Amino acid sequence: MEAYDYDLIVIGGGSGGLSCSKEAASLGKKVMVLDYVVPTPLGTTWGLGGTCVNVGCIPKKLMHQAALLGQALRDSRKYGWEFDQQVKHNWETMVEAIQNYIGSLNWGYRVALRDKSVTYLNAYGEFVGPHKIKATNRKGQETYCTAQTYVIATGERPRYLGIPGDREYCITSDDLFSLPYCPGKTLVVGASYVALECAGFLAGLGLDVTVMVRSILLRGFDQEMAERAGAYMETHGVKFIKKFVPVEVVKLEEGMPGKLKVIAKSTEGIQMIEGEYNTVLIAVGRDACTRNIGLDKIGVAVNAKNGKIPANDEEQTSVPYVYAIGDVLEGKPELTPVAIQAGKLLARRLFGGSNIKCDYINVPTTVFTPLEYGCCGLSEERAIEQLGQDNLDVYHALFWPLEWTIPNRDNNTCYGKVICNKLDNNRVIGFHVLGPNAGEITQGFGAAMKCGLTKELLNDTIGIHPTCAEVFTTMDITKASGQDITQSGC
Amino acid sequence: MAALCRASPRFLRKPGLCRTARALSSEKHEYDLLVVGGGSGGLACAKEASQFGKKVAVLDYVEPSPKGTKWGLGGTCVNVGCIPKKLMHQAALLGSSLKDAQRYGWNVSYPVNHDWSSMSKAVQNYVKSLNWGHRVQLQDKKVKYLNLKGSFVDPHTIRGLMKGKETLLTAENIVLATGGRPKYPTNIAGAREYGITSDDLFWLKRSPGKTLVVGASYVSLECAGFLTGLGLNATVMMRSIPLRGFDQQMATLVADHMEGHGTRFLKKCSPTKVKKAENGRLRVTWKYLDSGKEKSDEFDTVMWAVGRAPDTQTLNLEMAGVKTNPATGKIIVDARETTSVPHIYAIGDITEGRPELTPTAIAAGKLVAQRLFGQSAELMDYDNYGCVGLSEEEAAGRFGADHIEVYHAFYKPLEFTVAERDAAQCYIKMVCLRQQEQRILGLHFIGPNAGEVIQGFALGIKCGATYSQMAKTVGIHPTSAEEVAKLHITKRSGADPTVTGC
Repeated sequence: MEAYDYDLIVIGGGSGGLSCSKEAASLGKKVMVLDYVVPTPLGTTWGLGGTCVNVGCIPKKLMHQAALLGQALRDSRKYGWEFDQQVKHNWETMVEAIQNYIGSLNWGYRVALRDKSVTYLNAYGEFVGPHKIKATNRKGQETYCTAQTYVIATGERPRYLGIPGDREYCITSDDLFSLPYCPGKTLVVGASYVALECAGFLAGLGLDVTVMVRSILLRGFDQEMAERAGAYMETHGVKFIKKFVPVEVVKLEEGMPGKLKVIAKSTEGIQMIEGEYNTVLIAVGRDACTRNIGLDKIGVAVNAKNGKIPANDEEQTSVPYVYAIGDVLEGKPELTPVAIQAGKLLARRLFGGSNIKCDYINVPTTVFTPLEYGCCGLSEERAIEQLGQDNLDVYHALFWPLEWTIPNRDNNTCYGKVICNKLDNNRVIGFHVLGPNAGEITQGFGAAMKCGLTKELLNDTIGIHPTCAEVFTTMDITKASGQDITQSGC
Repeated sequence: MAALCRASPRFLRKPGLCRTARALSSEKHEYDLLVVGGGSGGLACAKEASQFGKKVAVLDYVEPSPKGTKWGLGGTCVNVGCIPKKLMHQAALLGSSLKDAQRYGWNVSYPVNHDWSSMSKAVQNYVKSLNWGHRVQLQDKKVKYLNLKGSFVDPHTIRGLMKGKETLLTAENIVLATGGRPKYPTNIAGAREYGITSDDLFWLKRSPGKTLVVGASYVSLECAGFLTGLGLNATVMMRSIPLRGFDQQMATLVADHMEGHGTRFLKKCSPTKVKKAENGRLRVTWKYLDSGKEKSDEFDTVMWAVGRAPDTQTLNLEMAGVKTNPATGKIIVDARETTSVPHIYAIGDITEGRPELTPTAIAAGKLVAQRLFGQSAELMDYDNYGCVGLSEEEAAGRFGADHIEVYHAFYKPLEFTVAERDAAQCYIKMVCLRQQEQRILGLHFIGPNAGEVIQGFALGIKCGATYSQMAKTVGIHPTSAEEVAKLHITKRSGADPTVTGC
């Protein structure tokens, strides 16, 4: 039997990779983590922790919070707070504060790995042969290591459009969160949650924002909810250009930011339009980082179309000693907590004698658009497809958060719906909420769905008053009834 | 005779005539249902009953507070409870947001002044719109609304009083939902004369200024809390423990947080007298229970939050034979909300042994109507109402400390990081049975948006959720709620429950 250098080598130090390596180390294994960030075309790079910590969830939510605070400032006047200065936002102050926090997280991870005796290399890992990888650091120095088992957790990076000027002049989410200057008038290209969340907070900070959408918003999400979330953005200062795609980006002026011209073509005809922006943010999807890590050398099957790695329900790839978790995994939700859970359970199965697999069913999630959208389970379209409209009862309600009354903010805009399976005791198979704190609301309902939540149990539960969440305990109008759900009073 | 009264309304204005004409037997009554009390429970019951085509009337009357405060239709929740409370709480939270905003890059120069009058006006205007909304709803549902103070003449007859004028109403079924009112201390000189209660606080047109809140109830802590948040000097005077009846570890964390954020606490003491000082302020003297020492201080406002008493004294319940618990004054009811008299029911805060919460009153009210008129047999489920289930003390008491497992965590909401806010009291604990799947007995959460977080988990607990199911639930990231799904450190282990990093 060969002796390997390590029991486990994890390629990728993000949410999944760190979780897996730390768990394996606590089970007494000899573990190495490789993490390396290839700089963006504009030169942006970051520390240990992966997408979530550096260029994803964390800075996204903090900027979203900054935007919400802008709204809170406006509301507060109606609640008696007195200030008459025009409130302006300083981008640099915000970025500095956020980057400082991220820096502390990067540091925290390094300490955590050290404490658990996990070897960490800030180097680019790629397979050179069975059980063997080459690690290249920033200076070009190469190290070779072997391991019994490998976990690929290299995640994804933003996709570019493949048009003239995109890499040279445009930014992506990889650059936005550490941008040292205010992006100014911004065009966001895309209709993903990344596009909408970024457009949303940029507008909330007072910037002039336009979103260019090729077809539908939030593909894969419940379309009624997606449209409502988008409609809210539109009535709150975000412009939308629908059914157009950019074909060229030209630099008009240098600067921080400079000035760019975007030429776009209609998806439905020959119409062309032009626009000038300080910044163009491309958010049209993300590609798995599997192309240049030598997977072909050891025969790990990769989906040629999207670069994702197919695996069985134990995260095992086509090569028995190689596993994959997180965003690189085919057919699984691209979410931090999923990667963390998968990583932890995988380590326990590999080294801890466990046989518990990651449960990917009914994973709750939230899109942090200006009006947040939380969901768990099936979209209405998917439910109809799977069970047939006649076998479903869809209960829905509009609600007006109490806190919005005094500042006179939209009533009959916040919305919730539950999709119930009539063939299975009115089991709740889809939960959707559009409103403030959607994430905080949805989490508990996600847990309840895992316990087999039914409509009857919802009805039997007393609401907490006054909250937004309580609306789910008193929903009694179905879509089928056609009844009016417009709200009026307590 | 009742027919006479019904056909000729002018007879109703002649009390003498109507008294002799009143129906005592099983003759047809004027109303199918008469609801006394137009609050959360009463209105829900009346509106539900009207859906069945029944003839329904609601009586609602607000006896002015000693300070003269009164309000419109809707009951405690709408006028002097949940609604104005949460709005003023929100105003205070926005004050914190102003502070945070600077750290997030907004150029607000803190501190910012708060103007009580413009807030209270906005809150009062909203409440009045709700009063109006309720009146319109009753009208739409053809429920008769009478602004009269009701009391029993006999089991089927209610006398309605307004400015000395009397109206008599008869009904087949009667629902009592008169709620409660704040108590005044009886043995403190000047209490009634100089002090206010929550009934008055939400209607004050001018700022209460430096305020002493006496009591340790949630009313006391919530009010003192938002007063502090609005920039006022607020003090809580407690005789013993905070939030009696709630999980005491959580109650202590809540009080500690308030103390760390500007609310002054005077503990283990009780006021002895309240006098008006020469400068117009109130001088309060109090005594420490251990030492007997006395101290005093001046306040602009003294607010009593020492409990609430059911509004049953003036109902003349004896005329109908409705029994109350002599110790509490509350009406005794069975599982169907029936009182000691078969056709008389009671719901909401006046009922013995029931939670004093708006949504339970609403639910109970609806079910009463459905059982009476809708052929329903469904009873109100009061278990697991408290969205948090059992406190740790209750669970240990019921099952034994060895048979429960308590998972806990101190966490830091992401939004606090950039704002550099202190998260020392942001804490979660889940009390479970120790064996097998570890069924969840209680969940406790301190942090922002606690109500929004707990609601869904309450559903889970109602489904019989276990710790293992919770552990299988993937968190939504980044939220505070996900920390519930991530709980894994037990108290028993003694390990540090501080959440570290992503």
